[in-house]
Amino acid sequence: MSRSFTPKVVTANALLEGDAVWLTADDRWTRRLEEAELIEDEAHAQLRLLHAESQPDVVVGAYLADAKPGPNGPEPTHFRETFRTRGPSNYPHGKQTDETHV
Amino acid sequence: MYKYNDFDEAFVRERVAQFRAQVERRIDGSLTEDEFKPLRLMNGLYLQLHAYMLRVAIPYGTLSSRQMRQLAMIAERWDKGYGHFTTRQNIQYNWPKLNDVPDILEALADVEMHAIQTSGNTIRNVTADHFAGAAADEIADPRPVAELLRQWSTDHPEFQFLPRKFKIAVTGAPNDRAVTKAHDIGLRIVEKDGEQGFEVIVGGGLGRTPMIGKVIRDFLPKEDLLPYCEAIVSVYNLLGRRDNKYKARIKITVHEHGLDEIRRLVEERFALIRPTFSGVDQDILAGIEAQFAPPAFAEKSLAVGTDLGAGYRSWLDTNIAAHKRDDHAIVSISLKKHGATPGDATAAQMRVMADLAERYGYDELRISHEQNVILPHVHRADLPAIYSALRDADLATANIGLVSDIIACPGMDYCALATARSIPVAQEIATRFEELKLEHEIGPLKIKISGCINACGHHHVGHIGILGLDRAGVENYQITLGGDGTENAAIAERVGPGFAYDEITPAIERLVRAYLEHREGPEETFLQAYRRLGQAPFKAALYPESKERRDAA
Repeated sequence: MSRSFTPKVVTANALLEGDAVWLTADDRWTRRLEEAELIEDEAHAQLRLLHAESQPDVVVGAYLADAKPGPNGPEPTHFRETFRTRGPSNYPHGKQTDETHV
Repeated sequence: MYKYNDFDEAFVRERVAQFRAQVERRIDGSLTEDEFKPLRLMNGLYLQLHAYMLRVAIPYGTLSSRQMRQLAMIAERWDKGYGHFTTRQNIQYNWPKLNDVPDILEALADVEMHAIQTSGNTIRNVTADHFAGAAADEIADPRPVAELLRQWSTDHPEFQFLPRKFKIAVTGAPNDRAVTKAHDIGLRIVEKDGEQGFEVIVGGGLGRTPMIGKVIRDFLPKEDLLPYCEAIVSVYNLLGRRDNKYKARIKITVHEHGLDEIRRLVEERFALIRPTFSGVDQDILAGIEAQFAPPAFAEKSLAVGTDLGAGYRSWLDTNIAAHKRDDHAIVSISLKKHGATPGDATAAQMRVMADLAERYGYDELRISHEQNVILPHVHRADLPAIYSALRDADLATANIGLVSDIIACPGMDYCALATARSIPVAQEIATRFEELKLEHEIGPLKIKISGCINACGHHHVGHIGILGLDRAGVENYQITLGGDGTENAAIAERVGPGFAYDEITPAIERLVRAYLEHREGPEETFLQAYRRLGQAPFKAALYPESKERRDAA
């Protein structure tokens, strides 16, 4: 039996800034994981990844990352992806800074 | 210090112009990422977890005040106001934007610096003893040779697509501060019958398969250096494995073919190419050597009775090393304030260090592979003034070589390859030992932390090594003991199962307390005690539960 598919989000790094971005259901790239499209179907995930990879002038290194549903939208399931949603732990840099200014 | 000649200047400027055009073509869509990636890596530009990262070479760790000020300017103008000094004597900027990078490279070129060959399967930044030209134990300054190697290896047409990256380190002193035995080629300047030459070490390396380098030539005449190095890299270029990235470094080539066979092939190749070196390289070397002439050392009278208190005395004890002149000293500036990120300096701190070098240090700075900054030549009369200025800039931490002087790679806080964080582990261990006020009692102890198996944090050669891994989606830290990066190089041994993120600092504390309990006296260092006692008492301290289980059984 093949392993069951776990929900995914499409993520990448922005071409100019290099920061983490996620693909939304309405084809935008967002800086906030909560706004990403949570994909429950494997075939759909592959199509969305292809869509991401067709935008080399916007993003770099698109891939499917595991995620789970949360009250405000998708949430990371692995600590690496958690770090990507906020920034480094030694300085308040990256997305965690942006959030404090929102 | 070496000054760029017209060729160097034109070469670096041309590369900046090329890269500017490449970035423009990437942004306008003419280049795909697959096409662009090798081009950006050739210029030291990585894409990390949160941003791009630019790795700038600091050849053999040597900087002038002007260069340090420019690094500060870059940090402020295009980054977040700081830079990270690495274990390969480079500086990394963690937040550049792609379209700013050509301007950053231009600013580097303005002070004779670049980021060429700080990535890719090429010969990387040549590193050297950070006390070069100053140390009391030195036979010869290794930097002229390092500069010669830099010129030879930069854009060397035969070596732009090696099986894997290639790292060379040089030392001119018997006490190895450049970890030469953990490099693809390690060079030690030695003397034989009154002549200076090189002991050539090959096939050392850390990473997933750590190896101590082996002596391929115990005495190489000075004038044979370039053809011999070219022969080694040439043999490796053909023989090194390209089928498996993890088996592609020369350490594996030497291991698989045996040192004798590698030596035979190298000597054969050397015999072939030696006649093509007409001596021009030695003329160039002579020119370089003249540029590394020692400074005109000042004569000053030593002030009597200058005492700035216990903090100053402690700093003198730990951060000052013996200079070749009795009236001078080598000052190590710790970038390891307790709780701070190892190797990071703010732009303001960089300027303070540049000012001190200019005012008191003959305009010279060094970056050590241990992620600290060195003022290599300082008159002893100026030590109180230097200490005061450093203290005002939060740079006077008296901990060189002690438990809180931790090497740590960027780990998962920045690095895309990392499997766990390193920086916060270093911060927590340093903070804990500061609370305990024990580090001066503990004495010399090197903790080195890597956030993945690639071992940028040199954990294999730490007296205590910590390796961060991802175990089923959770950060887990393995402890290794007994490593040594000096002339007595040794690979540390793993002790047992790893520790969770919140267990690692208490584990290190238990380990160090076991050392204090078992040592014969303060003169026996951690490493000496480990070598005498073996793992048993340290293992018992690390895993008290398993001992209890055994006792109960």
